[in-house]
Amino acid sequence: MSDEPLLEVTDLKKYFPVNAGVLGRHVADVKAVDGVSFSVGKGETLGLVGESGSGKTTIGRLVLKLLPATSGTIRFEGRDISAISSRQTRELRRRMQIIFQDPYGSLNPRMTIGEIVSEPLAIHGLAKGKARMERTVELLRLVGLQSSHLNRYPNEFSGGQRQRVGIARALAVEPQFIVCDEPVSALDVSIQAQVLNLLEDLRERLGLTYLFISHDLSVVRHISTRVAVLYLGKIFEVADRGALYEHPLHPYTQALLAAIPVPDPALQGTQKRVLLSGDVPTAMAPPSGCRFHPRCPFAFDRCSIEEPEMRDVGGGHMVACHAVENGSIR
Amino acid sequence: MALLEVRNLRTTFKTEDGTITAVNGLSFSLDAGQTLGIVGESGSGKSVTSLSIMRLIDRPGRIESGEIVFDGRDLLKLRDEEMRHVRGHRIAMIFQDPMTSLNPVLTIGEQIAEVVRLHLGRNHREARETAIEMLRKVRIPSPEKRVDDYPHQFSGGMRQRAMIAMALSCNPQLLIADEPTTALDVTIQAQVLELMNELQRETGAAIILITHDLGVVAETCKDVLVMYGGNMVEYGDAKQIFAEPRMPYTQGLLASLPRLDAPANARLKPIPGQPPNLHRMPPGCAFAPRCTYRIERCDAPVPVTDLGGGHLARCWRCTETLAPVGAAQ
Ligand SMILES: Nc1ncnc2c1ncn2[C@@H]1O[C@H](COP(=O)(O)OP(=O)(O)OP(=O)(O)O)[C@@H](O)[C@H]1O
Ligand SMILES: Nc1ncnc2c1ncn2[C@@H]1O[C@H](COP(=O)(O)OP(=O)(O)OP(=O)(O)O)[C@@H](O)[C@H]1O
Ligand code: SF4
Ligand code: SF4
Ligand SMILES: [Mg+2]
Ligand SMILES: [Mg+2]
Repeated sequence: MSDEPLLEVTDLKKYFPVNAGVLGRHVADVKAVDGVSFSVGKGETLGLVGESGSGKTTIGRLVLKLLPATSGTIRFEGRDISAISSRQTRELRRRMQIIFQDPYGSLNPRMTIGEIVSEPLAIHGLAKGKARMERTVELLRLVGLQSSHLNRYPNEFSGGQRQRVGIARALAVEPQFIVCDEPVSALDVSIQAQVLNLLEDLRERLGLTYLFISHDLSVVRHISTRVAVLYLGKIFEVADRGALYEHPLHPYTQALLAAIPVPDPALQGTQKRVLLSGDVPTAMAPPSGCRFHPRCPFAFDRCSIEEPEMRDVGGGHMVACHAVENGSIR
Repeated sequence: MALLEVRNLRTTFKTEDGTITAVNGLSFSLDAGQTLGIVGESGSGKSVTSLSIMRLIDRPGRIESGEIVFDGRDLLKLRDEEMRHVRGHRIAMIFQDPMTSLNPVLTIGEQIAEVVRLHLGRNHREARETAIEMLRKVRIPSPEKRVDDYPHQFSGGMRQRAMIAMALSCNPQLLIADEPTTALDVTIQAQVLELMNELQRETGAAIILITHDLGVVAETCKDVLVMYGGNMVEYGDAKQIFAEPRMPYTQGLLASLPRLDAPANARLKPIPGQPPNLHRMPPGCAFAPRCTYRIERCDAPVPVTDLGGGHLARCWRCTETLAPVGAAQ
């Protein structure tokens, strides 16, 4: 890992306006991403976990410039890419790519596998004619598919195979950095492991860096070197994998980890269960102060008034929580 | 005697490419008050099994053969109106997506009350009282107010809890829950599972819990039924099966999971190959094309082996001690 992070995001915000009435008057904002900062070092995999609606996909799309940010800066390879031109954005796509969750919806059903995988090569003028064909076959092999698949259509493939096609397409331009947005969530358990192993192998072989988005904490633990926990558009805790899973500090991270059912009936009843009460509030009107306070078993008066700031508790383990700050959680 | 006994159930669907057998000769039984988990990959026939029990299979589907003996009577022999009485009153079902089974133009309270009036013959006021009581039981805050909310005013977790309230409002003997928490976040899932466990202890209903999450099974079910390609491949006490799976698919499934209690860097051991295609099923063991232990005999239809203690496995080699999956590759 070099000193300079490959990706550095500072105070990133994305508000979606909510319009209502016949005149479509702007009545509120969905604060999908509400001041998020993190960095990803070269060769690292940063896992981004959070429940539905916490803003994971939005962050991925902002980083890739598929969506304009409301405010904040994004630096990639040391360069501020927050306000670059569309030509520069296209150039950037050669360095950053995305793999989507839905292996069914993300491939054009009317294109053959060969056309899908070679399209980025054509768009970026990377290879022509025979060379392009050869490169396409090479990409298919890389993800465990064969040249005999070239002329077939997505509907002839299973979910796991389609996800491989999506990965081959993302790799076509030889990117440095890939946002993986729930790449295995739609797959059967028996196939998930195939795709996770493939992503790991490719990371080793091609020196890739991942931002790995998932709501599955077991999967994130397996693949990430560092993990960030997101709640209602805010990062609550970031730490190295070991620290986050063995010594989680933020009450939300603790509850999240305790809520995962462990596939071992012999362990039942031995685990301590922190059952969170209440539902996740909406991102349109996040609670005051710490946005977790209505559900937090540790909440005290300061929590509903003042928003806690991210603080380093040592070794790059960052937590935003008043109870951690004043030492009642350690 | 078992509360539910499914024998040799076969359910097919006519499709453009020919007829597929979604459930292929399935047999299992469930005692009163027990929880059975059904696991298996997408398309293995879990939902079709539960819809068959409820007799909710419509064209192009058909229950070809078998018996579904519930409380001493074969449901497949009941007249439609008798079956309507069983549905909702004796057997209730909840689905993955509560929005598909809640009526968007009726309030939550009206929907629960309707079920109660229909099946328990309560009057208007009593039914509303019961609805509020049920909402309180599933921990909807201020139920006397929320009873007049419409489904869209509830969050996903609240809707699923309302569905549970509705399903349990008639004290069914059997509750079939098809992926009841799959669409929910883990912290909400934990609440719903806890609630189901608690209500079961209270009412004594038997539960069939369909899920693809082995963790959920381990936490809630006494017995587990593993399905593959439309049939049972392993069945028995969950503790026993998780500790000592005998069928290579079950072994592979458990070995392929990233687990929080495993070393973080341990390489995953995937099951090779693709899930079965019901249009092109192998002649013998459905898992054979992906199985590391396949031998010639596996291409012949596989009988169920009783391994003792209620543990069943459908595998020619389930009595042998096989090397752990992955080691043989
Ligand atoms: N285009 C949009 N317009 C308005 N609101 C949006 C838009 N895209 C996302 N949102 C809202 O922003 C919030 C964050 O959404 P996002 O898709 O980033 O969540 P997520 O963490 O990826 O969730 P999931 O796990 O369900 O995929 C949600 O409240 C969502 O409804
Ligand atoms: N209405 C239908 N018409 C045609 N085929 C159907 C129909 N319903 C189910 N099937 C087929 O029956 C098989 C079993 O489906 P089922 O829904 O039981 O799977 P499942 O195990 O519940 O999967 P999942 O985990 O995806 O819910 C599948 O191959 C499916 O395509
Ligand atoms: S700041 Fe307060 S409410 Fe928020 S997580 Fe910490 S203790 Fe809980
Ligand atoms: S019957 Fe044969 S192919 Fe099927 S699981 Fe057993 S060993 Fe494998
Ligand atoms: Mg998302
Ligand atoms: Mg199903």
